[in-house]
Amino acid sequence: MHDNAALSVSIRKRLPGFTLDVAFTASPQETLALLGASGCGKSLTLQCIAGILRPDSGSITLGAQVLFDSEKGINLSPQRRRVGYMFQNYALFPNMTVLQNVAAGVRAPSRDEKIAAAKCWIETVRAGGLENRRPLELSGGERQRVALARMLASEPKAILLDEPFSALDDYLRWQLELELSDTLRKLGLPSVFVSHSRDEVYRLSDKVCVLDRGRGEAARDVRSLFHAPETLSAALISGCKNYSRAEALPSGKIYAPDWGAELTVADKIPDGLRYVGVRAHFVRPAEAEGENVFDCEVERVVDDVFGTVIMLKTAGGDTGYSLLRAEMQKETWNSLNSPEKLRIRLAPRDIMLLR
Amino acid sequence: MDLFPLFNSLRVAAISTAVTFFAGIFAAYYIERLPRAVRGVIDVILTLPLVLPPTVVGFFLLKMLGPKGFFGMLTGWKMAMVWYSAVFASIAVAFPLMYRTARGAFASFDHTLRHSGQTLGLSNTYIFWRITLPNCRAGILAGTILAFARALGEYGATSMLAGYTPGRTAIISTTVYQLWRTGDDGLAYRWVAVNIAISVIVLLFLNFAEGRRRNA
Repeated sequence: MHDNAALSVSIRKRLPGFTLDVAFTASPQETLALLGASGCGKSLTLQCIAGILRPDSGSITLGAQVLFDSEKGINLSPQRRRVGYMFQNYALFPNMTVLQNVAAGVRAPSRDEKIAAAKCWIETVRAGGLENRRPLELSGGERQRVALARMLASEPKAILLDEPFSALDDYLRWQLELELSDTLRKLGLPSVFVSHSRDEVYRLSDKVCVLDRGRGEAARDVRSLFHAPETLSAALISGCKNYSRAEALPSGKIYAPDWGAELTVADKIPDGLRYVGVRAHFVRPAEAEGENVFDCEVERVVDDVFGTVIMLKTAGGDTGYSLLRAEMQKETWNSLNSPEKLRIRLAPRDIMLLR
Repeated sequence: MDLFPLFNSLRVAAISTAVTFFAGIFAAYYIERLPRAVRGVIDVILTLPLVLPPTVVGFFLLKMLGPKGFFGMLTGWKMAMVWYSAVFASIAVAFPLMYRTARGAFASFDHTLRHSGQTLGLSNTYIFWRITLPNCRAGILAGTILAFARALGEYGATSMLAGYTPGRTAIISTTVYQLWRTGDDGLAYRWVAVNIAISVIVLLFLNFAEGRRRNA
């Protein structure tokens, strides 16, 4: 089963509204996530890799096998690419039973071999007992298992997963996520995983490529994206709620005009600094004046499920990014006795410097 | 009562429905792949017999298939005033119904099913026969029944191309006309009753198919 071919993608395609432009390589054993808002071209990228959609230019290779190359005029049919694709709605054939669905994927000459292999795959994904049911009679989780079995039955050399958990409810999602991550690890195939959930991406993937209106950033290690994003779009997608424009000052500090604050930072100021960002739970109440401490007005308080969200108006005035969002535990907020003004501190090491 | 018109009507309707079934499905399936402008023109041409008076269709058919028509001259075959002339006329008027219903069914087909079949390595032929067609079957069944009903009720083009020869080209519709003309109301009523009975059965089938289509 272990095949050591890496999946390399470098494609461009003009689409109504934007141009898709992505490049990345997923090594064997590696799960690469395409992360971005809906409509940013994530699924279209998968369709290009699978051969359903033809890119305008670029190349797609799977090890030594060229799947697409605009310069050499190569464009293999989806059938010949050996790329497994799990669709968002699972795309099980409604007119066939579970067994027939999985057997349809098996690449074997005889019917008996197909059935035998299909039964084996159904057991592997723990969908035993469902063989004679039709897709409409299955729950969301069962459909996903069957779709996985069918995809694996076709012996793919790379795997594409389009929002595999979006059709499932929260509880089931977690369980199937654990199962899927085990399966992917065992297979050792390069896989590309599309999601708009940063939590899923953080847990399931090794590398991540952020897509913003068709433009793919360079793929990078998923941990580093979340802990040290380098661009504003990466910071926002990693869940950063607060940002301001930024200027480097000769003193070595930076000035954040939207917050009206001068900030000391811990990291080296990069060339081309344009923004600073701070995560909402790093906006902490401060007692005394000092470095990176400033006063804000409490604009609004929102009681969330497990915490409290406080919207703070900074000295930055009325510009769009002036509001700061702070998140803290309910007890912490309650101990402050609903103040009208709040003094906050942004620790230098919590400030992200962004291009 | 000579039952030949009943036999002939059913024979003509069955053959033309069978031809229309395949022709309509393939036209509907392949037209989707054509460039937009071409598609528009072909779509109009294929649907035209639905809105033209049957006599106009009959006129065109005579000009093409008659002894002095283009195909008649080219092949030398006798294609007018024989029993199977009615088949040509019925195909021409029933085809648009099959074609348009099948097109609607294909348009509402979930293309991710086709795409997933392709990524699984299934051939396009397999996908068409085993996945696309079965999942569009309710719409296609409805189209087939409509085509059959239209073929069975055909009069105008048929009377021009096949004429009325008792025991040879007579069908129910032309027989009723002939009986009315000759004042044989009693026999005419009987054929009218036969025709209504067949039509009711066909329409019941159609309702059944439409119901399944809604549930699917």
